[in-house]
Amino acid sequence: MILARDVRGTLAIAAVGVLFMLIAPSVLELFTIINLTTAIALAVLALSLALVWGYGGILCFGQNAFFGIGAYAYTIAAINFGGSSWAILVAILVAVAFAVVIGYVMFYGRVSDVYLAVITLTVSLILYSLIRRTSGPDYKIGKSLLGGFNGITSPPINLPWDPSFVLFPEHVFYVAMGALVVAYLFTSWLTRTHFGRVCVSIRENELRAELLGYDVRLYKLGIFAVGAGVAGLAGVLFCNGVGRVTPDVFNLYNAALTIIWVIVGGRGTLIGPILGAFGLFYLTSALGTQSTVNNNLVLGIILVVFVLGVPKGVIPTLAGWMAARRTRRALRARERRMRLRRARGGGGRNDGAGAGAGPGGGGPAGAGRGAGAPE
Amino acid sequence: MRQGGEVVLETRGLSMHFGGVRAVDRVDFALYEHELRCLIGPNGAGKSTFFKCLTGQLRPSAGSVVIRDLHVTDREPFEVAALGVGIKTQVPNVFEGLAVEENIWLSARRWHPPARSRSLTAETLERLQLGDIRSSPVGRLAHGQRQWVELGMVVAAEPWLVLLDEPAAGMTHEETVRTAELIREINRTATLIVVEHDMQFIRMISHLVTVFHEGRILMEDTMEAISADPRAREVYLGHRG
Repeated sequence: MILARDVRGTLAIAAVGVLFMLIAPSVLELFTIINLTTAIALAVLALSLALVWGYGGILCFGQNAFFGIGAYAYTIAAINFGGSSWAILVAILVAVAFAVVIGYVMFYGRVSDVYLAVITLTVSLILYSLIRRTSGPDYKIGKSLLGGFNGITSPPINLPWDPSFVLFPEHVFYVAMGALVVAYLFTSWLTRTHFGRVCVSIRENELRAELLGYDVRLYKLGIFAVGAGVAGLAGVLFCNGVGRVTPDVFNLYNAALTIIWVIVGGRGTLIGPILGAFGLFYLTSALGTQSTVNNNLVLGIILVVFVLGVPKGVIPTLAGWMAARRTRRALRARERRMRLRRARGGGGRNDGAGAGAGPGGGGPAGAGRGAGAPE
Repeated sequence: MRQGGEVVLETRGLSMHFGGVRAVDRVDFALYEHELRCLIGPNGAGKSTFFKCLTGQLRPSAGSVVIRDLHVTDREPFEVAALGVGIKTQVPNVFEGLAVEENIWLSARRWHPPARSRSLTAETLERLQLGDIRSSPVGRLAHGQRQWVELGMVVAAEPWLVLLDEPAAGMTHEETVRTAELIREINRTATLIVVEHDMQFIRMISHLVTVFHEGRILMEDTMEAISADPRAREVYLGHRG
C-alpha cells in the first residue's frame, strides 16, 4: 500500500528526530545545543508554512507574524502569570485567534492569491513598526513592559505548574526537539485526514472542490489557523532559545527567510522545509563568521538558483530521482529476463522494443501528490 | 416524454448581463423529475452562461433559480452542490496532481462515512472502467479519460440532480458511445441537464431538447421535431451544412 509506505517514512523520520534528541546533549557542547534550540524553533516555523503553503496552497508571506505573536504572547503571559505552563497555551491560542480574524477577512472576502501574500506580509510589517514604537513605561500589558526595539527578556520554560523549577538550556533543547517531533507527527497526521486531503484538493483545484460541495473558505481558514498555531509554538521555542523577543521577528528579512526555507526544502513535503531551515540556519551562521561575502547576497543567490534550477525544492527533486531510478532498474531487470527467455526459447519473436511501457508509467501516487505545486 | 412529475428546477426571468451584452435574457425554464434534458445552441447562445447561473458559479443580474422549492440564486456553488446536485464543468475540472482514486474518493467522502466512501470509490472505479489507472495522477491522463474521472466524481456523490456541461467534448467515438450509455444509466436514478454540441450524441441520449439562441429559449421539443424545424435549422443546424 502506498499510504502505508508513507506512514512508515513519517515514523522513520520521527524516530531519527527522537534519537537525535536523546544523543545530541551528551555529544555536543552546551553552546551548540543552545544554538540548536534556536534552529529547531525556526524549523517549526518552516513546518508551519510547509503546511499552509505546501499543502493548503496558501502563499502566506507573513507567516512570521504568527511566530512573533506567539513569542510576544508567551513572554507577556509568562511575566504576568509568573510561570510558563499557561503562557505556552496562551501563545498558541493568541496566534490562532489572530489568524482566524485576518483569515476570515481574506478567505470569506475571496481575496486572490497574490493579494493574500501582500496582505499577510503587510500585516507582519505593520506589527514590526507598531511594536518598535512601544518604548517607555507607558506601553505595558499587565506587569510586562513591551520594550520597543529592545524587546522583552523572555522567562524560560519551567516544569509544568512548578514555576520555581526553571529549565536549564539543555532541558529547553529537549523541549524544543520534542515539540518539533510532535508538531511533525501532528501535521503529517493532519495531511492524511479527510480535512487535510480536502485542503490538498483545494490547492489542486479550488472550483472542483467547491463543486463537490466543500466550503472552500472554511477549509482554507482551518488550515491557515492550524498553521498559525504551529508558528505560535515556534515563537515560544524561539524566545526561549534566544532568551528574549524583539520586534525583529516581524521584519521583512524573517518573512522572506521563511519563504526561502520552504522553496529550498520543497513544497508538498513537511520534512523538506524543516531541513531547509536547518541548512540555511547553519549556512548563514557560517557566513556570519567571515566578511568577504555579504550574507544576504548569498541568500538571494540561493533563492534565484532554486526558483530557476530546482523549482520543486530539494526533497521532491530527490524523491523524483529515486523513483526514476527504481523504474529504470525495474525496466532493465525485465529486459534482462526477456532476453534470457528469448535466448533460451530461441523463438523468432522480437519484441524487445515493447518493454518501454513498464510499470513505471503509473508512478507512485505519493510522488504525484508531492510534486503538485500550487500556482 | 416523462413529464408530469414535479418540477425540480426552475428559472424565472433569469438574466445575465456582461456590460451591455445580454448573455442570458429573461429565460423561463422548467425541468421535471426523471427528465434527461439537453441544451443546445450555437456558440454564444448563452447555454454555458445559463449553466453557470444554475450552479452558482455566476450570480445572475436578474431573475431567480429555484431547485426543489429552494431559492439558490445567490448561493455559493458548494451550497448548490450540497443540495445533492452533481456538476461537471465544460473544461474538465479535476485534481490534476492527485491520483484518480483520490479524486473519486474526495467526492464520495463528502457525503458518506469512511467505509461507505471506500466501497463507493471502488464501485465507481469499476463502473467507469478506471480501475487500471486508479493510482495515476489525473494530470497525466488523456483528455477523454480526464472527462471520465470528472464524471466519476459526479457519480460517486450519488446526486439526484446532475448538470453536465459538454460531457463528450474531445472524446473519441467509442468513448462518446460509452458516455451516452453512462448518462442513460445515471438517468435511472437522477434528473439530468446536459449541455452539448454533438448532435449525434444528443440523439443517443435525449428525449426533450431546449434550443438556445441569443440568450433566449428558441424552442423546446424532441430532437426529430427540432431537426425538422426551419427556425432551428437556420440558427443552428444550418451552420453545419
